[in-house]
Amino acid sequence: MATLDAKIPPGPLSDKWTKYRSTCKLVNPSNKRNIEVLIVGSGLAGASAAASLGELGYRVKVFCFQDSARRAHSIAAQGGINAAKNYQNDGDSVYRLFYDTIKGGDYRAREANVYRLAEVSASIIDQCVAQGVPFAREYGGLLSNRSFGGTQVQRTFYAAGQTGQQLLLGAYSALNRQVHLGNVQVFSRHEMLELVLVDGKARGIIARDLESGKIERHSGHAVVLASGGYGNVFFLSTNAMGSNVTASWKAHKKGAFFGNPCFTQIHPTCIPVSGDYQSKLTLMSESLRNDGRVWVPKAKGDKRHPAEIPDQERDYYLERRYPAFGNLVPRDVASRAAKQVCDEGRGVGQSGLAVYLDFRDSIKRLGEPVIRERYGNLFEMYEKITGENPYHIPMRIYPAVHYTMGGLWVDYNLMTTVPGLYALGECNFSDHGANRLGASALMQGLADGYFVLPYTIGEYLSGEIRNKPTSTDHPAFADAEKEVHERISRLMSVNGKQTVDDFHKRLGNIMWNYCGMARNEQGLTKAKNMVRELRAEFWKDVRVPGAAAGLNPELEKAGRVADFLELGELMIEDALTRKESCGGHFREESQTEEGEAKRNDDDFAYVGAWEYKGSETAPVLHKEELKFEEVHLTQRSYK
Amino acid sequence: MSETINLTLKVWRQADAGSEGRFVIYDMQGVSTHMSFLEMMDVLNERLIKKGEEPVAFDHDCREGICGMCSMFINGRAHGPMDATTTCQLHMRHFKDGETVVVEPWRAGPFPVIKDLVVDRSSFDRIMQAGGFISVNTGNAPDANATPVPKADADEAFAAAACIGCGACVAACKNASAMLFVSAKVSQFALLPQGQVERTDRVQAMVRQHDLEGFGGCTNTGACEAECPKEISISHIARMNREYLFSIAKGDK
Repeated sequence: MATLDAKIPPGPLSDKWTKYRSTCKLVNPSNKRNIEVLIVGSGLAGASAAASLGELGYRVKVFCFQDSARRAHSIAAQGGINAAKNYQNDGDSVYRLFYDTIKGGDYRAREANVYRLAEVSASIIDQCVAQGVPFAREYGGLLSNRSFGGTQVQRTFYAAGQTGQQLLLGAYSALNRQVHLGNVQVFSRHEMLELVLVDGKARGIIARDLESGKIERHSGHAVVLASGGYGNVFFLSTNAMGSNVTASWKAHKKGAFFGNPCFTQIHPTCIPVSGDYQSKLTLMSESLRNDGRVWVPKAKGDKRHPAEIPDQERDYYLERRYPAFGNLVPRDVASRAAKQVCDEGRGVGQSGLAVYLDFRDSIKRLGEPVIRERYGNLFEMYEKITGENPYHIPMRIYPAVHYTMGGLWVDYNLMTTVPGLYALGECNFSDHGANRLGASALMQGLADGYFVLPYTIGEYLSGEIRNKPTSTDHPAFADAEKEVHERISRLMSVNGKQTVDDFHKRLGNIMWNYCGMARNEQGLTKAKNMVRELRAEFWKDVRVPGAAAGLNPELEKAGRVADFLELGELMIEDALTRKESCGGHFREESQTEEGEAKRNDDDFAYVGAWEYKGSETAPVLHKEELKFEEVHLTQRSYK
Repeated sequence: MSETINLTLKVWRQADAGSEGRFVIYDMQGVSTHMSFLEMMDVLNERLIKKGEEPVAFDHDCREGICGMCSMFINGRAHGPMDATTTCQLHMRHFKDGETVVVEPWRAGPFPVIKDLVVDRSSFDRIMQAGGFISVNTGNAPDANATPVPKADADEAFAAAACIGCGACVAACKNASAMLFVSAKVSQFALLPQGQVERTDRVQAMVRQHDLEGFGGCTNTGACEAECPKEISISHIARMNREYLFSIAKGDK
């Protein structure tokens, strides 16, 4: 059985990475040419890792389910990317970025990893500018910065509201250069459906060519997962439709521990659900809370037009409850507060699951042109989707699932508990603890791919130079391929009455209601049974049309939802076990007298890493104790 | 405005690249006007599956107008009737009760149909692989502020870089030209100091690949610009033409 050794290098926090880089094992160029690395996912983490490993001389294969590597969901990130450049001379430093990230994560992340992230952050910006990423600039020609939540400095670099797009296209261009040079091969419209282990080491994957339906074997000396987060377990989220947990989940079932699965980020300002046909949720930038005031009617079930509700009958609940921070409380706090007022029956809109974000007072104070200059594009996007003009009618917003801090457990080298299997970016658990700060996801994805993995993978691959590539005729490949075929035939042969989406929506409802913004023992216990029953029903009554051969989007969805149905139960198990509130995880039993989240550092300052034991056996929890040598743990307050 | 409308959908169905395609008519009752076009397609598919028929295959992913995966030629226009809008951001309130809506895949030789409304756009990747990059290895970069870039150039480069690679420009063009797509990348790098070293090779390599893939030439009709969901300007094609002529004049390759 694998044990949890985080392999944190010895020495002072600020020297660990420098020392590691100078002393880690290397693979010489002629040996690199004989080593093959498989990378699953082509977002910021996957594309940057593939390009960087290709540059080093490794032979790399990249797999993505979209029709092009450029479409990975990193493309949709809006706000920006943090880096400790201190270009604004406002007191930023590596230490401050490290500290903000640890505190923002409510003290549930590993110090050494986060410090390294802060250390390499500045190089990311240099690298991207050299690639031709058109960041926003000042009139003097130098880079512009803005502020984001949870910090007091301006360290966020951005490209309008399309920072993720520009960074991903930068990484995609570096990837394309390596394809041009023959070092990297890209397999688009390919989905990893199984991990292949030989003598306990990751040696390959089984992938389905989504266009032909053909099942393929790919062998490598190491496998790198960069397959993103699992927010779509909730059905409705800000994730892309195809975002899924399948690659991570297959790895988990083959021995990779899953870290903190219950840590989910729910973003407070999204356009609310408007009907049961709704397929996804759209984010409205956090920045709107600078000038918008959040309110609901004081009376339950007040269905009057907002303009007809006078001020004394409105409840500006964030300003009332958190006078010090008002409408700018952190994401987790704002989300919970919105849920509470809607649960009380005071929500607005057709569904009653929305609150107002009202610009009336700002427009009165500043005039419409100023508001248009600040938020014009967001107002237009809102109007495009809802058909309502937010200059005249308050926006209706509601929290939505946005990001998952949990993921595959990795050590300092970003290796999972399976030797030779790595996890980068959102699909690992590593850097954001129980709550991620804005503009930090892009930073982590690129840090892992450009600047961490290229060093740490050498530690492992240096021991592999004598090993020839595993033949895809090896029985382990045949066995894994058989598993994939059997699962596909099983999905195709149920031939029930309900569609994949029917099940996905029901799973999403259970997860949202019992394992969403607020969780308690009773609800979680109930939900666990509901998910189990739903899973059993899925395998008896799902209908997957079409054939296993050729393009079949319903079959793709069915496989992903089947995995979500298993993951959901693990998330609930983790949420049940963590009887404290921290960051995005709010256990109603653990709150202060004022109803705020209450951490319990004595019992829960650990990473919960779950080991898979079989579909009918309970998973086993392993704990990695978090040792804080640099920062002092305190309770957060925003009153 | 009424909350629901009824539509007649005429959808292109094609089993695979080698099969004949045809239009199939679907009676679409009770479409909420709050739905996006793709959500309306989701509802159609759910109904088809429950009737035991095969759903319509279409490409989509982010549904926020940025990944470039969705396509669809709707009533004769790439991404439908609204300007500067991807299909995923097109909402049903822009259609009239009783309307017939024709839905086709992108039609262009270099974008063969894979199934129904799904086409193969890998030719775009190959054009990018031919030269759509700046050759800089990880770890070699100078400080990001070492070279100031005039704001106007950075803004113009960004406007070009906003291309989402969806292929609407090709679908809209009577010549199936991908010049807007290619020029957006050429222009972005030509405007930035980092892109200067490979400037002449890049434009030649990308244009060569564009032609090899079978995309047509540009005859300045401006259809691409009119249909581009990100409003990429055809002035980038003009800049690319200058870049190309300059590279020939320099006698490189």
